[in-house]
Amino acid sequence: MAGLRAAEALRRGGFEETIVLIGDEVHAPYDRPPLSKQILSGDWQPDRIALSTADKLADLDLDLRLGVRATGFDLGSRVVTTDDGRSDRVDGLLIATGSRCRTIPGTDDLDGVRVLRSLDDALTLRDDFDAGPHRVVVVGAGFIGAEVAATARGRGLEVTMVEALPVPLSRVLGHEIGVVCAEIHREQGVDLRTGVGVDAIDGGDRVERVVLSDGSVIAADVVVVGIGVVPNTEWLAGSGLQIDDGVVCDATCLAAPGVVAAGDVARWPNQRFGEMMRVEHWDNAIEQGIHSARRLLSTDSDALAFTPVPWFWSDQYDRKIQLAGSVRPDDECRIVTGSLEDRRFVTLYGREGRLVGVVGFNRPRHVMQYKTMIQDDVSFADALTAEI
Amino acid sequence: MKIVVDFDLCESNAICMQIAPDLFEVRDDDFLYVLNEQPGDDDRARVEECVQRCPKQAISIEG
Ligand SMILES: Cc1cc2nc3c(=O)[nH]c(=O)nc-3n(C[C@H](O)[C@H](O)[C@H](O)COP(=O)(O)OP(=O)(O)OC[C@H]3O[C@@H](n4cnc5c(N)ncnc54)[C@H](O)[C@@H]3O)c2cc1C
Ligand code: SF4
Repeated sequence: MAGLRAAEALRRGGFEETIVLIGDEVHAPYDRPPLSKQILSGDWQPDRIALSTADKLADLDLDLRLGVRATGFDLGSRVVTTDDGRSDRVDGLLIATGSRCRTIPGTDDLDGVRVLRSLDDALTLRDDFDAGPHRVVVVGAGFIGAEVAATARGRGLEVTMVEALPVPLSRVLGHEIGVVCAEIHREQGVDLRTGVGVDAIDGGDRVERVVLSDGSVIAADVVVVGIGVVPNTEWLAGSGLQIDDGVVCDATCLAAPGVVAAGDVARWPNQRFGEMMRVEHWDNAIEQGIHSARRLLSTDSDALAFTPVPWFWSDQYDRKIQLAGSVRPDDECRIVTGSLEDRRFVTLYGREGRLVGVVGFNRPRHVMQYKTMIQDDVSFADALTAEI
Repeated sequence: MKIVVDFDLCESNAICMQIAPDLFEVRDDDFLYVLNEQPGDDDRARVEECVQRCPKQAISIEG
């Protein structure tokens, strides 16, 4: 995602030399959000999610190497090595290797235990769902887990969702909104178990049951593990770059001279919020991809800091949840439109008198309008009384 | 160039309106209105940006 958008931005910025785009998946770049939604539900076929057309890709005149994995980089010699045995000396490197799903140790050989990150993952899981399993167990009630549960219910499957926190998503959305999310799942017929961990997932060749920390045992033919992601930085070990939960960059997305990073893999200080961020959202992959590409083409003196207001959405059942900005549990929090009971509302978050975040349920237009206010540095008091 | 919006996919989040307010408007009724369905070629770059930034892939260009 970030890689393709960066390559396009390099061409737009007038860069005419060779661009090598390396990706270890065999598919041309595609969009991930529909994987847990329209692809898994069966509504869309994979051709709907291409990020570009064959013509447009050809126009970019890339040296596109699909199915090839980068295995190393050396900052001193500026050489990138790949698993097809090649090594290339590069003038600039843009790192956009994204992230992968965390897994549960000891389940690698058990068929039917899945994660959802790639198109291949989605198609495998869709096949599992097509086979009409008796019960799907989703481990982790974060956004991906919640979307998988919602899509599975939409297909009429029985679903148990297991979450270690007492209230799902409470760390991101706060306690009250987390409670609403939990209620929605239960109303939709999900057997939601909170405040419990997974002790074991076992079976023969294929998964048969999940054992929870409270001793209960759930029979399952499919288990989907959605317990977060880790940035893909292993290939950069020993490169000379600083790696700490992502590729560490400066405020302009520069990791070292001539080396930039973007998307899920990049960690940088966002000066707007005065904090280090690594953002795992779709829109950030585009914006940071474009920003880092421009950074590669600019000099140190005219480089701009990357100061976005991050935002993302998640669609579950008929709910559209959106979050923009930076939300922390101790922020002041106020509902400005609608109510939790209606499941249609907007909540604003204030810190030190500033508007810093907004969460909306089924209020997409409002969220984007408040996002603009965060961008414009509007005070919390003014945001609370603004007419929208 | 013709702008086509799939209103089944559009969720009226007004991202396109932030990029091109003269072409797209989400009104108080929370529906998206395309103000000019056939803009000139000068607008192509901006419309393409809207296509790319629409998280729902609801916008496409014909011609
Ligand atoms: C199922 C799903 C649903 C999502 N839904 C939403 C949503 O509703 N809203 C939202 O805001 N965000 C959503 N996201 C998140 C969003 O898709 C990601 O933030 C975005 O894809 C990140 O883009 P990226 O370019 O950083 O990484 P990626 O899209 O992960 O791309 C990185 C690519 O690099 C490849 N790669 C990794 N290591 C190497 C290597 N060593 N050599 C070569 N290639 C390598 C990977 O295989 C991958 O193809 C979702 C993600 C998933 C998986
Ligand atoms: S950006 Fe897409 S979803 Fe948002 S209002 Fe425009 S067309 Fe609709």
